[in-house]
Amino acid sequence: MIINHPILGPRDSQEFTYLGDAALIDRPDWQAENAADQFHDYLYLRDNPAGEHRELWFHEQGDRSWLVVTRNTVTHEILNVELARDVARARGRSK
Amino acid sequence: MRYSGLKVIKEALTGHKGWRPTWRDPEPKKSYDVVIIGGGGHGLATAYYLAKNHGITNVAVIEKGWIGGGNVGRNTTIIRSNYLLDGNEPFYELSLQLWEGLEQDFNYNAMVSQRGILNLVHTDAQRDAARRRGNAMILNGSDAELLDTDGVRAMYPFLNFNDARFPIKGGLLHRRGGTVRHDAVAWGYARGADLRGVDIIQNCEVTGFKIENGKCLGVETTKGFIGANKVASCVAGSSSRVMEKAGMRLPIESHVLQAFVSEGLKPVLDGVITFGAGHFYCSQSDKGGLVFGGDLDMYNSYAQRGNLPVVEDVMEGGMALIPALGRVRMLRSWGGIMDMSMDGSPFIDRTHIDGLYFNGGWCYGGFKATPASGWCYAHLLATDTPHKVASAYRLDRFRRGCMIDEKGQGAQPNLH
Repeated sequence: MIINHPILGPRDSQEFTYLGDAALIDRPDWQAENAADQFHDYLYLRDNPAGEHRELWFHEQGDRSWLVVTRNTVTHEILNVELARDVARARGRSK
Repeated sequence: MRYSGLKVIKEALTGHKGWRPTWRDPEPKKSYDVVIIGGGGHGLATAYYLAKNHGITNVAVIEKGWIGGGNVGRNTTIIRSNYLLDGNEPFYELSLQLWEGLEQDFNYNAMVSQRGILNLVHTDAQRDAARRRGNAMILNGSDAELLDTDGVRAMYPFLNFNDARFPIKGGLLHRRGGTVRHDAVAWGYARGADLRGVDIIQNCEVTGFKIENGKCLGVETTKGFIGANKVASCVAGSSSRVMEKAGMRLPIESHVLQAFVSEGLKPVLDGVITFGAGHFYCSQSDKGGLVFGGDLDMYNSYAQRGNLPVVEDVMEGGMALIPALGRVRMLRSWGGIMDMSMDGSPFIDRTHIDGLYFNGGWCYGGFKATPASGWCYAHLLATDTPHKVASAYRLDRFRRGCMIDEKGQGAQPNLH
């Protein structure tokens, strides 16, 4: 698979390590009343869809940036690549 | 129809006209006591043991494709009972004991071959870990022997003992482990279940569950609604897709695992060798092909095929361990979809929905577990209590902090 890095251009997916569902960006509020339940779901449960999947890839052998890659889990086609930083900021995160 | 040597001779002399289909091809009834979703090894074994051990025969196994077309036909056929943790080893020991008696039990030649599995070690720390694992295995009724370098050399003189990075310092030998003819496992269980009255319904996909007031009443399928007192999902690889139809999110990611077979060779390898440090293991099939496996591709996938970097990684591992492989040509590769659970261990449990049961999360160890998985799932379905050797395989174990982290690597699939 070739991942079209927003800064570096097309890179072999072997340069990256994979973390999983990009929903991991949305860390629960540790002060919430039901924080334990939220963290259980956050840590252990997954949507695991067949089809389009937004997921976190880390450019470990490259510029060490985190990317959000939208990829089809049935065909392995890569549909979109964004910097995870941009995605997180768009969701109201400071960094 | 019982199979026997006499029957083979008789058919050979009479033009093979007396063979009959091994199982019926029935239309689904309106309802059953138990509907099992998934006609793979585990689903068919569950049906078989429901009928045989518990006398529950009003059972259907529904399968979206053909039986045995999923992971039971896409593995490397290894059986073993060499786990460390108390939550696992008694279960896998039961499984190996069932494998040992399986062919007589279901009167089908599954070619169970206890040719031994050798896990190589390369460092003092690995030897300590192997000794600890071996002792845990022996405590649970399994067998283990720790070999030194000379012990390994006597068995497999052609290994690369002096590799600069991973010199072979010994190995943990599990003599009762081995290989099985994988397709025959599905067929043998299917035949055994069918003979006892279980309906095996192929080309019938589950499209939804009928759930009212927290109780599961049956399944919607491409062949219409089928009612059931109990619905048992058994679709490892696709668990998230099926259980999502019941509104459940699971502690599972689906990953692809590749395997390979070489051209047929004369007998060169009479056991199974695992080279964990190099992401490689190998055995030789009865047809002569060397069967290789390696690591996950390490990203979510439902594609049943992987990518080239893992092919290269497995071949490099093979070359590092057995330099003589360099002139062997690879014949085929294939990928199977694994339910990777968060801690690397499976589930056999009820769900929060009354009458809906779940079996899955087998990671890359589902094949060897087939008999015990069926045995314990049937026990759960028949009695509504977990079998004692499968009592740790609960869906809520993460919430309770009772993970079964066999490798001690933490609760994320990309670590296993």
